[in-house]
Amino acid sequence: MGKTMNLTLKVWRQKNAQSEGRLETYALQGVDADASFLEMLDILNTQLEKRGEEPVAFEHDCREGICGCCGAVVNGQAHGPLRETTLCQLHMRHFNDGDTIVIEPWRSRAFPLIKDLVVDRSAFDRVIRAGGYITVRTGSAPDAHAIPVDKEEADVAMDAAQCIGCGACVAACPNGSAMLFVAAKVSHLAHLPQGRVEANRRVLNMVAQMDREGFGNCSNHYECEAACPKAISVEHIAKMNREHLRAALKPAGS
Amino acid sequence: MRLDSKVPAGPIEQKWTQHKFEMKLVNPANRRKYTVLVVGTGLAGASAAATLGELGYNVKAFCIQDTPRRAHSIAAQGGINAAKNYQNDGDSIYRLFYDTVKGGDYRSREASVYRLAELSVDIIDQCVAQGVPFAREYGGLLDNRSFGGAQVSRTFYARGQTGQQLLLGAYSALMKEVQNGSVTMYPRREMLELVVVDGRARGIVVRNLLTGAFESHVADAVLLATGGYGNVYYLSTNAKASNATAIWRAHRKGAFFANPCFTQIHPTCIPVHGDYQSKLTLMSESLRNDGRIWVPKDPDDPRHPNDIPEEDRSYYLEETYPAFGNLVPRDVASRKAKDQCDKGRGVGSTRMAVYLDFRDAIERLGRETIEARYGNLFQMYQRIVDEDPYTQPMMIYPAVHYTMGGLWVDYNLMSNLPGLFVAGEANFSDHGANRLGASALMQGLADGYFIIPYTMADYLARVQPDRLDGNHPEFRAAEKAVAERAHRLLSIRGKRTVDEIHRELGLLAWDKIGMSRNRRGLEEALSEIPAIREEFWKNVVVTGKNEDLNQSLEKAGRVADFLELAELMAFDALHREESCGGHFREEYQTPEGEAQRDDERFAYAAAWEHQGDGQAAVLHREELTFEVVTPTQRSYK
Ligand SMILES: Cc1cc2nc3c(=O)[nH]c(=O)nc-3n(C[C@H](O)[C@H](O)[C@H](O)COP(=O)(O)OP(=O)(O)OC[C@H]3O[C@@H](n4cnc5c(N)ncnc54)[C@H](O)[C@@H]3O)c2cc1C
Ligand code: SF4
Ligand code: FES
Repeated sequence: MGKTMNLTLKVWRQKNAQSEGRLETYALQGVDADASFLEMLDILNTQLEKRGEEPVAFEHDCREGICGCCGAVVNGQAHGPLRETTLCQLHMRHFNDGDTIVIEPWRSRAFPLIKDLVVDRSAFDRVIRAGGYITVRTGSAPDAHAIPVDKEEADVAMDAAQCIGCGACVAACPNGSAMLFVAAKVSHLAHLPQGRVEANRRVLNMVAQMDREGFGNCSNHYECEAACPKAISVEHIAKMNREHLRAALKPAGS
Repeated sequence: MRLDSKVPAGPIEQKWTQHKFEMKLVNPANRRKYTVLVVGTGLAGASAAATLGELGYNVKAFCIQDTPRRAHSIAAQGGINAAKNYQNDGDSIYRLFYDTVKGGDYRSREASVYRLAELSVDIIDQCVAQGVPFAREYGGLLDNRSFGGAQVSRTFYARGQTGQQLLLGAYSALMKEVQNGSVTMYPRREMLELVVVDGRARGIVVRNLLTGAFESHVADAVLLATGGYGNVYYLSTNAKASNATAIWRAHRKGAFFANPCFTQIHPTCIPVHGDYQSKLTLMSESLRNDGRIWVPKDPDDPRHPNDIPEEDRSYYLEETYPAFGNLVPRDVASRKAKDQCDKGRGVGSTRMAVYLDFRDAIERLGRETIEARYGNLFQMYQRIVDEDPYTQPMMIYPAVHYTMGGLWVDYNLMSNLPGLFVAGEANFSDHGANRLGASALMQGLADGYFIIPYTMADYLARVQPDRLDGNHPEFRAAEKAVAERAHRLLSIRGKRTVDEIHRELGLLAWDKIGMSRNRRGLEEALSEIPAIREEFWKNVVVTGKNEDLNQSLEKAGRVADFLELAELMAFDALHREESCGGHFREEYQTPEGEAQRDDERFAYAAAWEHQGDGQAAVLHREELTFEVVTPTQRSYK
């Protein structure tokens, strides 16, 4: 057992999209500093359930920083104070005994609230549907070595492909822009020769869908990059802008 | 009932090709008339749904998370095997087949494993074409690494996030089909019941996790790709939502459950540290390529590991298994770590850990190379443990990781219930009593991209698409049953949370149906599990209501099913009076402490048939015959 701490939590509670929400205050004692942030919420929820109250709804699954389920705004920061860290990988040792911690859901027009800390991020799926893939039928692929790929390009593609679709970039952006998320997918595929064939159509369709979903515009605040747990660089946004410009100047499909 | 594995005749290398030719096809114009349900959209389900959609079937796909991209497959780190022999180091389809049969300790079906090895090469091609950014060499070609249980380098990887990249590939293929209108995606749905009509699987009932509505879906065939059941143990490396409900409900409806006691304990996980702990984190086994495992020779050595000189360290795997060293298969590596700790040689504050040391590798290759290979794993370790693995050894301990058992399927991946197919970790195929590293991703994708689309077509071609509807009495009865169960859970209002009872079950399962088992422990488990189950149904507290997002209710349903499955696991482990792979019965070991198989009595897959609550399941055997690989005592020396 590591060192323990006493905390005051202010947690956003809201029954559903229609009802009003508010910050509820809870006192939590004896939290182990080695516990993760979500384990701290588990401890709170156990106490609530034992009192017959409803636990705080929050999304989580892998608890290893890879599924993209978890996320909340902690003391004003998406995924909390530690850089390049999802909420599930944040440990309580980064807080101090006696701290007050404010925990709120992602807030964005394109992510309607469902309950407590859970929001609806299905807009991301619809953006991917619009073109975030390479059209290749199962079984029709050539040998994997048929197309060599420059290692450095492949590495940049991998940097971008690491996006976990958590939505922290949107939550952190003052405009609620999804540029970093969309750019990560566009840039991943644009850096690979396999992805070039459909590159123009892809970027146009994905950006159009992004706009339809009600995400805000990018005005270069770079809050997205700072909040991104996977360190996706804003350079991918620049790449997407170049791709978009070039595609917009050409007839679709070429 | 005789279990017919439906393995085609002919030489092993030609079985699948010949079978593909002999299977029936569905005319493209007719495919749309068939509705197929794909439950679970991890690697196996997403790849199957995308491919079936592409072929023109009317596909409905379901998952628990808000999007398929978050399935548990996302967490796989190390890599995926394929017999490409790009390294020119002597690999071949035959060798991958051989390694997998041997690694599985001769408890898998040869013909299925051969097909898996055969298809492995197509998977890599498919994934590269989809844009999966596998690691490459400077020449632009793909890089490989080696994994436990193999002496060749055949593992393809995308940094430490191979599962993520493969899943995103399958997810993108699936999203393309959703866009094309051939697949309808139903996220945030949990299958709670399988519906069987006239002996055929004809649909499912799901709970809409946002509204609590119970929805019936009717189909011509159902595919379950709902993953493994390692969360029986509460603490495991599986994602929190991983569960057995879909397969367990199907089992209760007549599908046989095969080898439930074959579970895999992964040797390299971050040790348990506190009772609030909610899951265990895997450190990819690829670390064993460069890390050396050791414990101090003197159990009471007070020194910091960095200050313990070579002569006072015991590199116990390298000493016992000179040929494979740190790369012995998982079951062996796990058991040996437990042995060391049982002998009091464990390290760390709980003494339930061994060292995994990169000092020599960093000296030999430089920190940069190690960082490039394992950077994200080292970072993950540092985050959790708050120690720097570049400057001092990691501490690791085994943890539950994978379940080889699952629903019984024939060569066509169809269960004994006509129309019910099972793919990925949810079925029992291919890995026998122990899975080799980097082989689950391979199996999931082989099942989904390349096997199901053929074998399901063969089935569909033999049945007429008829229009059953959700008003059929079987669907109505199933809806009623799941609704009643939910309301029963909500009305108990007891004193213990779902997690508390799940933890209690987990500890018991880990002690008695875990890394090593014995008759006494298993008999105890068989009497204690029903008691915990009773406690659960009397004293659990589930707050809130059904008509809402209710995560406690979701968990409660899953734990209720784990409480039944755990008993079958113990029952199966007790009946199997031998040691093989991950199933180590203390009574059956060689003088050197290795697993002792009993091929005379147990060279079969044990497929259990449910008989109703409180009644013992009935055993059906699929005898395993080895025509190509001769079973021997596995040796990694
Ligand atoms: C930490 C970790 C690392 C691993 N690393 C590797 C590796 O390097 N190489 C390797 O080969 N293997 C690895 N494995 C194993 C491998 O990841 C899994 O076996 C594999 O991904 C399982 O895929 P699947 O498609 O069968 O199931 P999953 O990916 O588990 O997907 C299950 C799907 O079913 C859905 N589902 C479940 N229940 C229901 C229900 N009742 N109703 C509706 N939907 C449901 C879920 O929502 C999900 O979509 C690793 C496993 C872990 C835990
Ligand atoms: S870009 Fe970063 S912050 Fe945005 S969704 Fe992807 S991983 Fe999350
Ligand atoms: S729970 Fe999966 S990223 Fe946090």
